[in-house]
Amino acid sequence: MHYLAITTPTLQRSLTVLVGIFLTIFLIRLADHIQPRQYTFRWQNISSRIQLRVVWLSLGATIVIIVLTGIGLIVGDYPIPASEAIATALWERNGEYDFIINSLRFPRIVVAILAGMCFASSGLIFQSLINNPLVSPDIIGINSGAAVLAVAILAAGGSTEHLPWAAFLGALLTAALIYLLSWKKGISATRLVLVGIGINSVLGAIITFITIKYPIERVVAAARWQAGTLFGASWDDARTLAIGLLILLPSAFFLTTRLKILQLGDETAITIGSKIERDRLALLAVASLLAALAVSVVGPLGFVALIVPQAARLLVGSITGGVLIFTALLGGFFLLGADLIAQRLFAPVMLPAGVITATFGGPYFLYLLARYNRAN
Amino acid sequence: MITIALIFSAITITPILAGFLSSRREKEAGPFISNHVFGLTFSLILVVVTILISLRFGSLQITWGTAWNAIFDYDPTNQGQIVVRELRLPRTFLGLAAGSCLAVAGALTQGITRNPLGAPGILGVNAGAAFAIVTAIYAADIVTPEGYVWFAFFGAAGASILVYSIAQFGNGGATPVKLVLAGVVVTALLGGWTTSLLILDLETLDEARFWLAGSIASRGTDEIALLFPIIIIGLLLGVALGKQINILSLGEDIAKALGQRIALIRIVAGIVIILLCGSAVAIAGPVAFVGLAIPHMVRSLVGPDYRWIIIYSLFLGPCLLLGADVIGRLVVRPTELQVGIVTAAAGAPFLIYLVRFTKLSDV
Repeated sequence: MHYLAITTPTLQRSLTVLVGIFLTIFLIRLADHIQPRQYTFRWQNISSRIQLRVVWLSLGATIVIIVLTGIGLIVGDYPIPASEAIATALWERNGEYDFIINSLRFPRIVVAILAGMCFASSGLIFQSLINNPLVSPDIIGINSGAAVLAVAILAAGGSTEHLPWAAFLGALLTAALIYLLSWKKGISATRLVLVGIGINSVLGAIITFITIKYPIERVVAAARWQAGTLFGASWDDARTLAIGLLILLPSAFFLTTRLKILQLGDETAITIGSKIERDRLALLAVASLLAALAVSVVGPLGFVALIVPQAARLLVGSITGGVLIFTALLGGFFLLGADLIAQRLFAPVMLPAGVITATFGGPYFLYLLARYNRAN
Repeated sequence: MITIALIFSAITITPILAGFLSSRREKEAGPFISNHVFGLTFSLILVVVTILISLRFGSLQITWGTAWNAIFDYDPTNQGQIVVRELRLPRTFLGLAAGSCLAVAGALTQGITRNPLGAPGILGVNAGAAFAIVTAIYAADIVTPEGYVWFAFFGAAGASILVYSIAQFGNGGATPVKLVLAGVVVTALLGGWTTSLLILDLETLDEARFWLAGSIASRGTDEIALLFPIIIIGLLLGVALGKQINILSLGEDIAKALGQRIALIRIVAGIVIILLCGSAVAIAGPVAFVGLAIPHMVRSLVGPDYRWIIIYSLFLGPCLLLGADVIGRLVVRPTELQVGIVTAAAGAPFLIYLVRFTKLSDV
C-alpha cells in the first residue's frame, strides 16, 4: 500500500471533516484580511468596477474546490494512493483504478460542484430579486414541483430513465404556474412568495398522499430521491449540467446589472427607463431554469440554495456579477464538501448529501449570523 | 362521485367566501361582526353542528338515529353504535382539542412575530415532534400511539425552546426577524436528521409515514387525556393574553411607550404557544394550515382586535379541523385521507385568494 493512502475508515472520516472545517475557516479568514479595495477596468467603451475582495475570495474558493476534488479522488471505501488517483483522473486512461476513478468518483465530484453552482446562483437571484433572505427555490415550491412528478414515477414503479426529464418539467411547470397566479397588473415580490408558499403546500400534500398510499419498498426509493443524493452520478449528468450552466450562468451574469436596477424599487427603475416586468421575467426564468436543471439531476437538495447565497452576502456584500460567480463557486464547494462528508462520516453507510447540507449548513449559518450581528 | 364534487366545491368555495369577506372589509369600515353575543352564539352553534356531522359521517354509513342512540341510549351489540362510541366520539374530541390549540397558537404567533405568515410551524414545533417520534421509533422501537404522545409533546416543546433561545442572543432579545430565522434553521437541521433516519431504516419509514401525514384517527386517547389540563391552562392563558398582544401588535416602540414589558409578554406568549402547539402535535401530528388560516379568517370577520380574534379562533379552529377530517373520511371511502393532507391541500387555494384579493399587511 502506498504511503499516502489513507487506510482506516475512522481516520478518513475525521480527516475529511477536519479538512472541511479547516477550509471553511480559511475562507472566512481570507475574507477578514482583505481590504475592500476596488479597481476600475476600462476597455474601449466597456468599463467595469472590480472588487479585489471578490476576486481573491473567488480564487480562494477555486483552490478549495481543487483541494477537495483531490481528496474526493483519494478517499473512499477502496483507498487509492494519491499519485495514482490523480494520474488516473488526469492522463492515465487504462490504469488499475480506471473504473473506480473515472466511472464512480470523478463524475460524482464534478456533478456535485456543478449542481452546487446551479443551486447557489439560483438562490442568489431569487433572494436578491424578492429582497428577502428567506426565499429559495425550495420554499416557493419549485423543488416540490419537480418532486411531485419524480415521486409519482418512483412510487408507481415507472422507469427511472425519464426521471430527470419529468423532474425538470415539473419544476418548470410549477414556476410558470406561480408566475401566472401572482400576475396582477405586474408581479409583486411579496405576492410571488406567498403564492409560491401556497403552491408548495398543495404539492407537499400530494407527495404525502403518494407516500402513504404506495408499498414501502417503492416509497423508500422516493424518499431517497427527495432527500437529494449524488449516488450514481455519471458523466452524462455532468455533461447536462455543464451545458446548462454554460448557457445560464453567463445570462445571469449579464442580467445582474438589470437586477441591481430592480433593487432600487419599481418607481426608480421605471424612471431610469428600465422595462421592469421584462427584466423580472428574464431573471425569474433564468433562476428557475438553474434550479430545475440541478433538481432534475441530483434531487431537491434544498439547503444549498438558501444558505450559500446568505453566506456569500455576509462575506462579500450584495449582488454584482462578481458576487454571482463567487456565490456559484461557494455553492460548488459547499455541495462537494457536504457530499464527501455524507459518504465518509458513517462509512460504509452513505448518507444522502441533502442531510449533511442541512446539518452542517445550519450551524454554519447561525455562526455567520452571530458574527455579522457582532460586527454591526 | 357526488361526494367528490361536493368536497371540491367546498374546498373552492371556502376561499372565495373568505376572499369576499376580506375584500368587503377593505371597502367598508368596521368589522363584519360587531354584535359579539350574536357572533359567539353562531360560532357555538357551528361547533355543535360540526360535532354532529363528525359523529354521523364516516366510512361506515349510519343514520342520524343510530348516532343519537350511540350517545344517549347505548346498545353495545349494534355495530353502528360501537363505531360511533368507540371510534368517532374520541376522534371528535381529539379534533376539537387539536383544532382549538392550533388556531389559538396561530393567532398568538401572528401577534408576537407580527408576520402574516406566522404559523406555529415556523417555531419548529412540527419538525421537533417529527424528530422525536422518528428517533423513538428508530432507537427505542416505540410503535404504539400511546408512546408517541409524550415524544411528540416534548419534541415539539424542545424544538421551540431551542428556537427561542437562539433568537434570544444578541441585541433586542427575541425580535420577530430573529425568531423566524432561527425557526427556519432549526427546522432544517432537525429535518435533515429525521430524513436520514427515515432513509436508513425501512421499518422506521414504514411506521412513521402515517404519523407524519397528520391524523386524528386511532391515537392514544388515554395518554392524551393527561394532556387536557395543559390544554385548558394554555387556552385560558391565551385568551387572557389578548390585551397584551393587541398592544404588542402596535409595534415595539409604542408598546414600550405604553409601559408594556415586551420581553415578559413575548416569553409568556411563547410558553403558551409551546404548550398549545406541543399538545396539538401530540394529538394530531403535523397538521398544516389551521394555525395559519383561522386567525386570518377570523380577522376578516371581527377586525384586528386580538381579544376577539383569539376567542373566535378558539371556536372556529375545531370546526375547520373536524370539517377537514370528515372530508378526508368521505373522499376515498372505504379508506380515508389523513386530515393533514386535506388541510394542506385546501391551504393553497385559500392562501392564493388571500394574496390576490386582500391586503395581508394588516396584522
